[in-house]
Amino acid sequence: METKSIMIVGVGGQGSLLASRIIGNVLLSQGYDVKVSEVHGMSQRGGSVVTYVKYGEKVYSPIVEKGEADIIISFEMLETARALPYLKKGGKMITSVQQIDPMPVITGTAEYPDNLVEKLKSAGADVTAVDALTLAEQAGTAKASNVVLMGVLASKMDFPEEVWQNALEQCVPPKFLELNKKAFALGRNV
Amino acid sequence: MKKLMLGNEAFARGLYEAGCKVVSSYPGTPSTEITEEVAKYNEVYAEWAPNEKVALEVALGASIAGARSFCGMKHVGLNVAADPLYTASYSGVNAGLVIAVADDQGMHSSQNEQDSRHHAIASKVPMLEPSDSAECKDFVKLAFEISENFDTPVIVRMSTRVAHSQSVVAAEDRQELELKEYIKTPQKYVMMPAYAKGRHVFVEERTNKLTEYAETSPLNRVEISENAEFGVITNGAAYQYTKEALGDKASVLKIGMVNPMPVKLIQDFAAKYEKIYIIEELDGIIEQHCRNIGVNNVQGKEIFGYIGEIPQSVIAEKILGEKKEFVSLDENIPVRPPVMCAGCPHRGLFYCLKKLGVTVSGDIGCYTLGAAAPLNAMDTTICMGASISGLHGFNKARGAESEHKSVAVIGDSTFMHSGMTGLVNIAYNNSNSTVIILDNSITGMTGHQQNPTTGKNLKGDPAAAVNLEELCKAIGIKRVQVVDPYHLAETEKAIKEELAADEASVIISRRPCALLKYVKHNPPFAVDSEKCVGCKACMKLGCPAISVKDKKAVIDHTQCVGCGICQEQCKFNAIK
Repeated sequence: METKSIMIVGVGGQGSLLASRIIGNVLLSQGYDVKVSEVHGMSQRGGSVVTYVKYGEKVYSPIVEKGEADIIISFEMLETARALPYLKKGGKMITSVQQIDPMPVITGTAEYPDNLVEKLKSAGADVTAVDALTLAEQAGTAKASNVVLMGVLASKMDFPEEVWQNALEQCVPPKFLELNKKAFALGRNV
Repeated sequence: MKKLMLGNEAFARGLYEAGCKVVSSYPGTPSTEITEEVAKYNEVYAEWAPNEKVALEVALGASIAGARSFCGMKHVGLNVAADPLYTASYSGVNAGLVIAVADDQGMHSSQNEQDSRHHAIASKVPMLEPSDSAECKDFVKLAFEISENFDTPVIVRMSTRVAHSQSVVAAEDRQELELKEYIKTPQKYVMMPAYAKGRHVFVEERTNKLTEYAETSPLNRVEISENAEFGVITNGAAYQYTKEALGDKASVLKIGMVNPMPVKLIQDFAAKYEKIYIIEELDGIIEQHCRNIGVNNVQGKEIFGYIGEIPQSVIAEKILGEKKEFVSLDENIPVRPPVMCAGCPHRGLFYCLKKLGVTVSGDIGCYTLGAAAPLNAMDTTICMGASISGLHGFNKARGAESEHKSVAVIGDSTFMHSGMTGLVNIAYNNSNSTVIILDNSITGMTGHQQNPTTGKNLKGDPAAAVNLEELCKAIGIKRVQVVDPYHLAETEKAIKEELAADEASVIISRRPCALLKYVKHNPPFAVDSEKCVGCKACMKLGCPAISVKDKKAVIDHTQCVGCGICQEQCKFNAIK
């Protein structure tokens, strides 16, 4: 099979590392060759954060470039818009509608663009927009919005439910497992 | 069992499996996790040293004592450790000594983009370069064998992409090794001229033998494609990009041993094709080697340049003329640069420096973000420790005019790394300089590593803690005061006092990093929109939790940790 590419974007501290580990775990259990590329260091401090997950029979490059992503998962609207050029023709976007102002908006030198979901759709993107933050708070903590989005992702991929549950069990510390399973289910049923 | 591992984690697994016993490193992105991961194995002694020079000397000492040893660092760290490296090349080893150096093509988290292969060439030390996690593990094990067989330290060159990408690795068992016998051999280990002359002869002979080894080593691999019309010679992460972009359109010679490189292997490969592309990131070292050995049908740097990464899109476009289609929004999308976290103790200090309009000699760490808007409170950042020594030079050049309005800022870990010696220079050479140590009780930017000031070692066990106040006094600084940067007025007063003083002084701005697990946060603050007049005084702090909506300040309760500096800043009592 042709190598598939998933891109996870968000703001440093939103939990993209856990999301990438869950996806990586699922894909590896299905017998694929997998590569996951993370960003550490300077970029983690509240900046744009990008993680790549690639899978197939044999994966070479760990990175995803413009026009290559089959699926883009985003934790934040502005980052979704920034990631659009990476979407492959016919690819899917799953985004939280959460908005976090970047420093140029905070300091007033730039404006946060409005109606981004509509704009992305009219640019031809297949967008699923989810209020992941509210769903995560329903599950028990705002921090679980990454796992809500994993639930949404699961509904768009053809892997059995138990594979995702196993991945959650292996990637999430036991004391947060129930909470995260709830968040996952809320995303799964969007 | 097969498992996804970061390149750094696989590297650590390789150290473990190879029977490595002693590890000493200094953290630096993207190398840090190698040492953090290997510290999880109880069979391995692992420590953070105050800097890379110390770390490499520790590892060399352990090697001479008969234990397989390791030292890890980022590319600029090898500059600090260059002194022991160049002579360890002469002394050679007893048990194997492996050094990891992680380059940062694309400068994801570094102050320069130097190519560490130059150090390997200049020190005449062999260098291996893996291109994925499985190779990280295999190459480390091979590196120990090469080290012992050829009596040399071996460098394994990592890169951001190899270090921080996960790929599939099969873990194997550890090879438990006895300590090698230590035999006193001054001709080998006492590098004074009489003995070093003999060892230089040995080093040159060793390089010849290593070049022979490179001809047939499994580290260098030819992958012939029947359909290929041209060949590619490549190394490291660029190998993966090459395979992705070109598939079976190219035959590939993958160089896994980047120093010394084979001769005949390259000549034979290049003779098969009319055209050979050299795809190597940063400098043209393989390309130059090709020309040196009479292989001239190569093209590399003239196509790909010297800057940044060479991902698959660039290779596909430059060689095949193919470009991927994509769409983008016709919209200005504001950039999102990294910022100091909400509650970061550095914020209050930098706000005061900005307010006072002082010249700030900066250093390497999270606080380098003080250079960004809206604080803009940094004038220079060069390398570890340069804030203090650079300020001294600045003040010697400009005299009193500068002394009373310039400071150096340096973190606790960076101060221990190489700031102390600069402070000794200030005391010894009598400069009226003001140094601010930003003591957040951790090495922050690289992801929370312990250091000699924190009272804990790499394994998290209690350790001796350097007392910064007493240390500065012992160095000869009489004026030392400690402030809490969450209190703006107190901090500003201290800076004014020390700038006005007519002798050298140190301010320790002390408050643990807000991200540390043991730090208890206050409840988040909120803005009383009745009282907020929209003056935006709070916005000058550059806190990511504060924004303005409908001309009133708003605090994001999910980010705010209740540090309270915005409350101190608000003249209208609107923040509660």
